[in-house]
Amino acid sequence: MFYREAGDFKTSYAADQSILSIKLDRYFVIGLIAFGVIVVPMIGNDYWLGSLLIPVLVLSIAALGLNILTGYAGQLSLGTGAFMATGAYMAYKVATNLAFLGAPVAIIIGGLSAAFAGVLFGLPSLRIKGFYLAVTTLAAQFFLLWLFTHVDWFVNYSISGVPSIPPMEFFGVLISGAEATTEARYLFVLGFAIILGLAARNLARCKMGRGWMAIRDMDIAAEIIGIDPLKAKLSAFAISSFYCGVAGALWAFCFINTVEPGAYDINRSFQILFMVIIGGLGSILGSFLGAAFIVLLPIFLNNAPQWIGLNLTSDVISHMEIMIFGALIVFFLIVEPHGLARLWQIAKEKLRRWPFPY
Amino acid sequence: MEFLYSIFVTPFVEMWTAPEFLAEVVLGGLMSGIMYSLVALGFVLIFKASGVFNFAQGVMVLFAALNFVGLIDAGLPIVVALIATILIMVALAFAIERVVLRNLVNQEHIILFMATIGIAYFLEGLGEMIWGGDVRPLNIGLPDDVWFVGDILIQQSEVFAAAVAGSLVIALSLFFQYTRTGRALRAVADDHQAALSVGIPLNHIWIVVWAVAGLVALVAGIMWGSKFWVQFSLSTIALKALPVLILGGFTSIPGAIIGGLIIGAGEKVAEVFWGAAYGGAIEEWFAYVLALIFLFFRPQGLFGEKIIERV
Repeated sequence: MFYREAGDFKTSYAADQSILSIKLDRYFVIGLIAFGVIVVPMIGNDYWLGSLLIPVLVLSIAALGLNILTGYAGQLSLGTGAFMATGAYMAYKVATNLAFLGAPVAIIIGGLSAAFAGVLFGLPSLRIKGFYLAVTTLAAQFFLLWLFTHVDWFVNYSISGVPSIPPMEFFGVLISGAEATTEARYLFVLGFAIILGLAARNLARCKMGRGWMAIRDMDIAAEIIGIDPLKAKLSAFAISSFYCGVAGALWAFCFINTVEPGAYDINRSFQILFMVIIGGLGSILGSFLGAAFIVLLPIFLNNAPQWIGLNLTSDVISHMEIMIFGALIVFFLIVEPHGLARLWQIAKEKLRRWPFPY
Repeated sequence: MEFLYSIFVTPFVEMWTAPEFLAEVVLGGLMSGIMYSLVALGFVLIFKASGVFNFAQGVMVLFAALNFVGLIDAGLPIVVALIATILIMVALAFAIERVVLRNLVNQEHIILFMATIGIAYFLEGLGEMIWGGDVRPLNIGLPDDVWFVGDILIQQSEVFAAAVAGSLVIALSLFFQYTRTGRALRAVADDHQAALSVGIPLNHIWIVVWAVAGLVALVAGIMWGSKFWVQFSLSTIALKALPVLILGGFTSIPGAIIGGLIIGAGEKVAEVFWGAAYGGAIEEWFAYVLALIFLFFRPQGLFGEKIIERV
């Protein structure tokens, strides 16, 4: 009743092939974007915008990237953190040495460098797959981070090795550095998230995206029907790493204000993998839902004991947090292995025929 | 030029001029390799029998060691503590099978893999909550003297660890080869459905495998803990076990041992002789890059079964 495709006629090919071909979906997405751009910065305070929404959005971009690689192209990767680091360090390099290019260009160059690294470390995927591939991406994780911490060139020979991001402007508004307002940083990140989200949606349904899915479902069969596995796998690695690189750069520029290796370690890679699995493999919406869930869950667990009046020491809380986090992941996998995106689909089905049972 | 020199010439000159030093480095590497092997062994057992890539193995090592050291510190005699820890690990195997695996039968590998990461988090939190996050010494009277063979220095504890690892592998091989349960395990590893159809109860087999993996984890935990104390960095050795698996092959028990030795010796030699040229700490990634290069030539590992794909 509330959600229906019926009566939604298309009269042109363009309408038929638009990204969101169902009217209700379109209104919903446009409304959501408008809400995010206009209303949220007005009602949100510094904590909500700066400590919750910015990390959720940035990590959603990384999750989108990993979802392209793992969810669409079927190549398991544990090196997401390293590709994010590549983006962050190269963007920092460009932002300090070629400052006239501006922040967006620096971030995109960071993304492109990450794409290059991704292709390099994606080469083994042409010969191996599954968990074997996961181990080679671990090589990327450890090798690249080692490179960034041991070669001073990447941090402009700074003594501490953890340089801060220079303040940068975008259309006259500060978007990075300590003085930038939370709203500006939020909107900047949101812009990237919207553009990259729509781009991912489009990529997934174009020729390349179909190639990825064919490779994922059965690589030999895909090869026989004429999909070049070399192109498909390496393009998936390149684009996925580009997304991760942009996310890494945004994380450094708009969230932590420094470039530090600790932000991109192996735990980050696992965190992003969690987001993709909990959100739903092979789903754009799932990447956003998963990122929100994984970022907000620990914060919720941290505060929940106080809300219900339990007085626990911070030690116990942090241990409980890890335990409950682990248990919830197992629980989610058992209850809904296809992730939050699947729940959303089920909800839509329900809304379509409500109030009738079928 | 100087850089190339430091890669291709100087290390070999150093090795040539000080062979005793090289031997010591290699031996030290082999011993830490045994530790990797013990962790990798747990991986292989579970992967063989259920196809699950058990990321929690490293945390199981930590969890077993924590329980053991915690019970000893609580005043129990060593033997009682050992038996109690074994019971805990068996109970853990029961719980994992009942709560997690049984509900995830027939899911994709990646889902099971994620579930084991969830288990890893859970166990880490549980262990820390019960026993606290302190670093604890573990002293169960392992020999800690040194021997000299010629000019080469050998730690007795390392020889002991090697002996334990060796006897563990022999015991496991005998168990797999000659007991009823062992045969059933091999049958399950070969083909789940065929094993089910001849009446092998899959659930029991999984419990046995996870319990055995838990015992291997306990042995690894005791060895590692008495050398470097029981601390939370133990759980990260799980990641080092992955390249070992690649090198040895995911399904081979001897492969896990030999892979561990190669990785252990290789990364020590690389660190000592080549590390300086790059600013040190190449140990962190050497094993992975070695595995990566190796995969190009032999994707199934040294002893793994050949990967055959059918359309």
